Order: sequence, then structure tokens, then C-alpha cells
Amino acid sequence: MQKIEAVNDFVVKFANINGSGSASANELFARAILRMGVPVSPRNIFPSNIQGLPTWFEVRVTEHGYLGRRGGVDLMVAMNPQSWEQDVREIDPGGYLFYDSSKPVPRARLRNDIHVLGMPLTEICNDTYSDSRERQLFKNIIYVGALTTLLDIDPQEIEKLFGEQYKGKEKLFDSNLQALNLGREYARQHLKPIALKVERRDRVGDMIFTDGNSAAALGCIYGGATVCAWYPITPSSSVPEAFERYAQKLRTDPASGEKRYSIVQAEDELASIGMVIGAGWNGARAFTATSGPGISLMAEFIGLAYFAEIPAVLINVQRGGPSTGMPTRTQQADVLACAYASHGDTRHVLLFPEDPYECFEMSAQALDLAERLQTPVFVMTDLDIGMNQRLCRPFAWDDNREYDRGKVMTREALDAGTDFGRYLDVDGDGIPYRTYPGTHPTKGGYFTRGTTKNAYAVYSEAGADYIYNMQRLRQKFETAKSLVPLPVLTAARYPARFAAIFYGSTGPAMQEALAALAEQGIYLNALRIRAFPFQNEIADFIAAHSKVFVFEQNFDGQLTTLLINEAHANPASLVPVLHYDGTPITARFITQEIAERVARLNVRPLRENMVA
Amino acid sequence: MTYIAKPKLHHPSLVKNRVGFTRRDYEGKISTLCAGCGHDSISASIIQACWELDIEPHRVAKLSGIGCSSKTPDYFLGNSHGFNTVHGRMPSVLTGAYLANRELIYLGVSGDGDSASIGLGQFAHVMRRGVNMTYLVENNGVYGLTKGQFSATADKGSRSKKGQSNNDAPIDLVTLALVMGATFVARGFSGDKAQLVPLLRSALAHQGAAVIDILSPCITFNNHSGSTKSYDYVREHNEAVNRLDFISLREEITADYAAGEVIDVRQHDGSIVRLRKLHADYDPTDRIRAMSYIQEHAARGEVVTGLLYVDPEAADLHRQLGTVEQPLNTLGAAELCPGSKALEKINAALR
Ligand SMILES: Cc1ncc(C[n+]2csc(CCOP(=O)(O)OP(=O)(O)O)c2C)c(N)n1
Ligand code: SF4
Repeated sequence: MQKIEAVNDFVVKFANINGSGSASANELFARAILRMGVPVSPRNIFPSNIQGLPTWFEVRVTEHGYLGRRGGVDLMVAMNPQSWEQDVREIDPGGYLFYDSSKPVPRARLRNDIHVLGMPLTEICNDTYSDSRERQLFKNIIYVGALTTLLDIDPQEIEKLFGEQYKGKEKLFDSNLQALNLGREYARQHLKPIALKVERRDRVGDMIFTDGNSAAALGCIYGGATVCAWYPITPSSSVPEAFERYAQKLRTDPASGEKRYSIVQAEDELASIGMVIGAGWNGARAFTATSGPGISLMAEFIGLAYFAEIPAVLINVQRGGPSTGMPTRTQQADVLACAYASHGDTRHVLLFPEDPYECFEMSAQALDLAERLQTPVFVMTDLDIGMNQRLCRPFAWDDNREYDRGKVMTREALDAGTDFGRYLDVDGDGIPYRTYPGTHPTKGGYFTRGTTKNAYAVYSEAGADYIYNMQRLRQKFETAKSLVPLPVLTAARYPARFAAIFYGSTGPAMQEALAALAEQGIYLNALRIRAFPFQNEIADFIAAHSKVFVFEQNFDGQLTTLLINEAHANPASLVPVLHYDGTPITARFITQEIAERVARLNVRPLRENMVA
Repeated sequence: MTYIAKPKLHHPSLVKNRVGFTRRDYEGKISTLCAGCGHDSISASIIQACWELDIEPHRVAKLSGIGCSSKTPDYFLGNSHGFNTVHGRMPSVLTGAYLANRELIYLGVSGDGDSASIGLGQFAHVMRRGVNMTYLVENNGVYGLTKGQFSATADKGSRSKKGQSNNDAPIDLVTLALVMGATFVARGFSGDKAQLVPLLRSALAHQGAAVIDILSPCITFNNHSGSTKSYDYVREHNEAVNRLDFISLREEITADYAAGEVIDVRQHDGSIVRLRKLHADYDPTDRIRAMSYIQEHAARGEVVTGLLYVDPEAADLHRQLGTVEQPLNTLGAAELCPGSKALEKINAALR
């Protein structure tokens, strides 16, 4: 029987039961490989409840630094009888199954084309530990120990990680190390060697390992947000939680304990966006983090912020929809809901980060954009980047960077007699000036409202005033094109008539797929869209290719719709390729889809009246 | 309804207050509400109270929801910033504004439809958070702006102008505010300026969540004989628990208060609310007693007005959050951005 052989390039999947304490052991496994200088890309695939249901943790070991999901499993660590059938089925032919052999498994439940490694984990634990909690927790460490032996992972790296984790807690350190060695010893003596290996490298460089939600929170700290209002929802809750953690460290006066930030857990999403809008109206940088259902609730307020022109930042960590959908699975399914959120003719600025680095960068940038444009700005991340640890470029900050507070009319300007019309387009870019409440005793005060008004903020239902306002808002959206991040082009090595468009968390899997396709002789130009409104470059790119595959992690092809609607792309040239089962899109999926479609497109249609 | 701008002529004899403003400076646009609407009388009382308190008009931020009542901030304090938000959810916007700048004076104006129906949740939560504000409910028992439907404060058995009877139990916002932890709770009547102005003055000086539920008859849809929120009904059933005068520290008013009739309540900012107790047994610092007092009188069909409860030790949201004294909206990059050095450390910890 063939054996999958690989050095630093394979996928290990852990199948566990939620609540069994496996998450930290699995993370330990991933980190140890990382510390050996080999890139890893781990992903949590977890159920929408707290205990008992199946949960998976996939670790991709990736010498070439491909951080997207590859697809397929080389080594399955099957610890959950509930999902056994499915887990065994997923292993690639020639791959490996590692399982708890305390209870015999009938041959019929195994496969002939895989290598089976049984270890009586429960038995070992029952013999070694008397406490039931210990039996459970150390079982996880023991299998990690066995895997380190099988895969040649340096146990010293794990020892160092234990040292960091259990600093000052000698007993815990010792008992964990003991369990690890127990597993190593068993594997050495009883298990057949396998052909997947980890070898020390120097491929991680100065990259950092973090999740998008913490990164977005840090971006809000660096971007100067002082008000955070939120309501718990998966997968966004860890954004405000991380904001609080970072703010406690970075924004609290150590002497007085005074805080240069405020966080309110609101009673619902209506209140959280309301608070953000109130704070934005009053000149503070404010944000909320939420997911699809929260966006739906916020819609009315988002329209108010758009029409009354108030800065607000919304970090939308997308999950599977519609309705409650798949709360713990990933999708890019809120694109249209956010682009046009609220009733009436509204249009909003969206940013699409692809990894934690961009979550940081774009969250900070969103705070600038919101104030510059005086409008809501959405950071469209998703569960895949938000809740998974990713390797990415180290965060960077230019100390000369100043906050863009936008057009704010000062008391001095008012005193100097500058004409203040709250909704007057002074500079022709559609962006009016605002004053903060409390600026001047007699000038610059105005009434903010969601109803129509004239350029001086006076209530008006006059058609001309309404039209002026709507056209100015459109002009402002046009201006936004020059302020939002440009798309990123990956040009094919040879001239290409086909192209791919993608965005957000699809990025890493796409880069890998492009390389794989090039090896098959399929060359595509690829454009990663980073923002809405769409710059003209995007329309030009589409027009320059006969077919453009648009990769999306949703069912309806929402970006495709938006491209047709807003970039005036020719619908006939766009081919949506959709991945929407809630798991992160894989490089294999992309490669296959493109290869098949390109093959089909290359077949010339028969001319009429001709017989094949 | 009229859209004529109000003439800005200042009569030379108009008296200026301590901060140099005449009463006129506290006015706004001409009201577009129905002539005789209770809400306009409330606006007049707000103007009076702010002028008397020597508040600089531009230091007030006026926020409202949607409804006739919520339109009124356009009709007073014309040089202040106002914000007509969405229906029922002014409290969250006000909270956010307050988080951004703790130095302004926050006046929330709402209707009973706004606060007791669509906005009941936000009403409750803004009270329990202790946002430093004065929250007015201009309570007419109906939806004025949408032409006369019952609101959730309409009494059971009261009739609409069209003759329908209301079968649902009413929500008493005063009781709710007490339960939710508001630290200043009062009820007024738009037609009783003598009582309302001092109530407003005290509420504005209170450092915490102050709410005044103001009965404000809707002349168009709810001022008929079947209504329990009409002028006549309220006048007949009004039971005032106290008369009060507000005394700021700068201006000691020692009016004709005979000993035994008066109690002083020192508020958090040092100002004193002086209450004339019409009922010798009424103690406005007793939250539990206040609730039962209101219920007892409600059972008799009486509307209790006056200052029903005050917590002189009220703590506001910023104190609970431990934020800096300086308004958050004035902090710059130097105070907010930890800089690249700190970021390098963070990067290092993530390897
Ligand atoms: C989301 C939403 N639903 C409904 C309305 C329609 N609406 C406008 S004002 C109002 C009721 C106002 O009643 P109230 O707050 O009592 O104020 P009043 O007009 O009586 O002073 C309603 C239902 C709205 N503006 N927004
Ligand atoms: S409808 Fe009623 S509440 Fe509205 S303005 Fe007229 S009288 Fe006032």
C-alpha cells in the first residue's frame, strides 16, 4: 500500500469533542512546529454550542507558506466516536489514522487504503491518573506527545512552550511534561513510523501569529477609537474583548488608573450602533463589532448615519447566513446587505481584509475614512480570519501618521466669519464641513436629523434640496474611490485571457491555487479587491479579459452582483465560482474549479449545421 | 403650521443672565406643532429653566427620537446642537454622545410612544447605566405624529378620539424608571409651569440619570372627554407631592419656607434641591416608598406630580467606567496611539 510521504507539507486534522480541553493541546502542537521555523496554518472548525458536539482543528504544515486551506487530510487524529465515519472517510488514500484503541474497532469500520495507528489512550490514562478531569486533560497531551515522536517534532520546543504557559506553576509544568513523555515513549516503543516529517527550517522569519479579531481590536486602539459599544455575537465577540485587553494595557494611566477609552456592552445591536453614532456625532472615534444578524438590526441606524453624515465604524465578522444560519461557520455572505444597508438609496464603504495584518491596518484606516467621509465604514472580515490564528506580516505603524479628523469647522473659523452650511459642498468633493456640539456660543449650531434638509441643515422637503443632497452624497461616494485601498494585481507569467477576482479570506488559498494552475499550464491574471466603492481599475481589469472567475464564499455571488451593478461589468464575462458550505475555501477547490472551467471554455462550440 | 423664521430683534430691556444671555437666546425656531399642544408649553419651561440656570445654550446637546415631542428640540436653544435620531432609540445615541464628551449638558426629549413602546428597552437601559442627562417624556397617551393611535401609556379603559377603547394595561414610565435605577425621578404637567420649571432646574443640575415624565395633552387627538391625558382630566386629578425650589450654590434663595415644611437635599454637584413637602410623610429619598406611593395614588386614579425620588449620591456612567476627566473627543493621537515601539513589543509577543 502506498504511503503519503511528505516533509513539512501535510495536513493533520484533530477530531475532538467540544469541551474536552483538546483545543489548547492542539494549539500546542501547531505552535511547536512554528517554533521549528516551519509555517503552519491552523483552523478551528467548531459547533455552535458549548459542549458535547464534534469539533475539529486542522493544522496545515506548509513549507511554502501557503496559509489558505489546502483541502484533504493526511493524518487524522480521530478522538470522537460521534464523527468517526466522516473522519475516516476524509483521509486521503495512503494517509494515516491515529485513534484511541482502548476499545477495539472492527476492521469493517476502517479502510484498507490508509495506515492505522492505534494507541490505547483511555487505558493509559486510567492506569496513570485517578482523577477523572486529569484523565481527560492529559489524554490530549499524551496524544500530542505520541505525534511529536511520529512526526519528529522537537520535544524541547514543547517544553519551552510549557515553560511560558506555566511560568511559576512548577507542578503543572511537571505533570504536563510527564504526560508528553508518556506519549512519546509509547509511540517509540509501539507505533510503526510514518512518512510525514517535520524538519527544522527558517521559514517563519519575523512573521507573527495572531487572529484577525485581536488584530482588528489593536487596529482600533492604534486608530484612536475611544468608544466601543457592542453586543455579544459569534464570531465577533472577541473583537471588543481584545479591545478591552489591549486598552487596559495601552490606554490606562498607570498612576491614576484613569482610562482613555470606554467600552459599553449594550443591551442589543440597536443600542450598540446608536452609541457609536452618538459618539461619532460628538467627535469621538467609535466602533462596534458584530455579525450578520447584528447588521440586520442596525440597518435603520446605518441609514441615519449615512443620510445625516455621521462617522461610524462597523467591524463585521461574517458568518454563515441567512437568519441564524451557521453561526460558527465562515462565509462572505453580507456583502450586499452591507453595501446597501438600510432603506432608501444608500451606499456604504466596505473594506475587505485578507488576514490579521489587514484586519489591523484596515480597522485603523476605517476610523480615518469614517471621519474623512462622515459616513459608516464596514470592515468586512469573517470567521476564518477573525477567529483563527494566522501567520502574517508583523503589524507596522508609522509614528508620523496623523489621524485624519476630516472636515471639522473650528471656533476660530466660525469667528473669522466662514460661512457654515452643514451640508454645503464647499470643495466639490461631496464632503461637507461639520462642527462638534458645543463649539461656539452663537455660530455653527445645527440640528442633525434623518429627514431631508437643505444645505444649511434646515428641514426641507423641497425637491431641489433633496436632489442636491442625494447627488452630493453620490459625489462623496465617488470621492471615496480615491481614498479606499486599491485592488492588488497578481499578474500571470504569460499573457492571459482569463482572470480571477477574489477578496478577503479567499486570498491565501487563491495564491496557492494560482501557482498550482500555472504548473498545469493555466495562466490567469488575478485581482484581489480590497474595497467598495470599486475603483476604475477594477472595471478596466474585467474588460481586459474574456472571462473573469469571481470567487466568493456565498451562494448568491454577491460580489458578482455588485460588480455588475457598480463597476458596470459585462455580466457575460463574469463567472461566479461559489464555495458556501461554511468551511473556508480550499486551494484544491479553486484549482479544480478553474481547471475544469478553463477546459470547457477552450472547447470551441460547433458551428451551426456542422456535425461533429 | 408655519415655517416663518422668528425675528431676531432683541429688545434692549431684555434682562441678561449671569452668562450674558437674554431669554430670547434660549429660543429656537417657531414651533410647527398644533397651537395649544402641551409640548410647546414644555419647550417654554425648558427655555425658562436653562435661562434661569445660567447655562450657556451651546453647552447643551439636545437629543430626541421621532414624534411630535421629538421635534421640539428645534424650537428651543437654537444655538445648541440637536439630534433628531430614530424612533425610540435616542437613549443609545445620547449615551454615545455622553461617552464622547462628558462636559456638555445632555437633554433627551422623547414621547410616550417613543419611550414606552418601540424604545422601552433603551429607556430602561439608559436609566440603569446612570447616564448623566435629563430625560423628558412628553407624555400624551397617544401617537401624535401618526395621528392618534394609543400609546403604551394610555390608561386601560380610556377612549381614542375615534371612540375605540383601550384594553391594555398602561406602562408607567415613572415606576419603571424607579425600578431601573434612575436617580432622579419626577412627574410634571405641561400646564403647570410653576412646578415644572423648578423640576427641570433640579433635573438639569442632577449628576446622574434624571427623568421627568411630563403629562402633555395632545390637543388634536387626546383632549376629549374619554381621555385620561386631557387638560381637564389632568387638572382635576393632579396630586402634587411637593413644591420645590432649586438653589444653585452661587445664588442662595431663601424664600418663605417655614421650618418643618421644608427639607434640603444636597445633590452630587453640591447644589441643593429644596422641597416643600405638601405631605408631611413624603420622603423623596426613599425609592421603595416612592414606588408604592405612586401605585397607591394610581389605584385611586390620581396622578402624583412633583419630585418623587432623588438619590443625592448618584454616580454617573463615566465614574463607573473610570474614564479620564478630559472629554474623550479631545484626546489626540499622542494620548491614544501607543506608537511603533509598543507595536514592536506586541509583535514580539506574537512570535
Ligand atoms: C421605525 C419606525 N416605526 C414607526 C415610525 C412612525 N412613527 C413616527 S412618530 C410615531 C409615534 C410618536 O408618538 P410619541 O412618541 O408618543 O410622540 P408624539 O407624536 O405623541 O409627541 C411613530 C409610530 C417611525 N418613524 N419609525
Ligand atoms: S398632534 Fe398632538 S402631540 Fe402632535 S403637535 Fe398636535 S397636539 Fe401636539
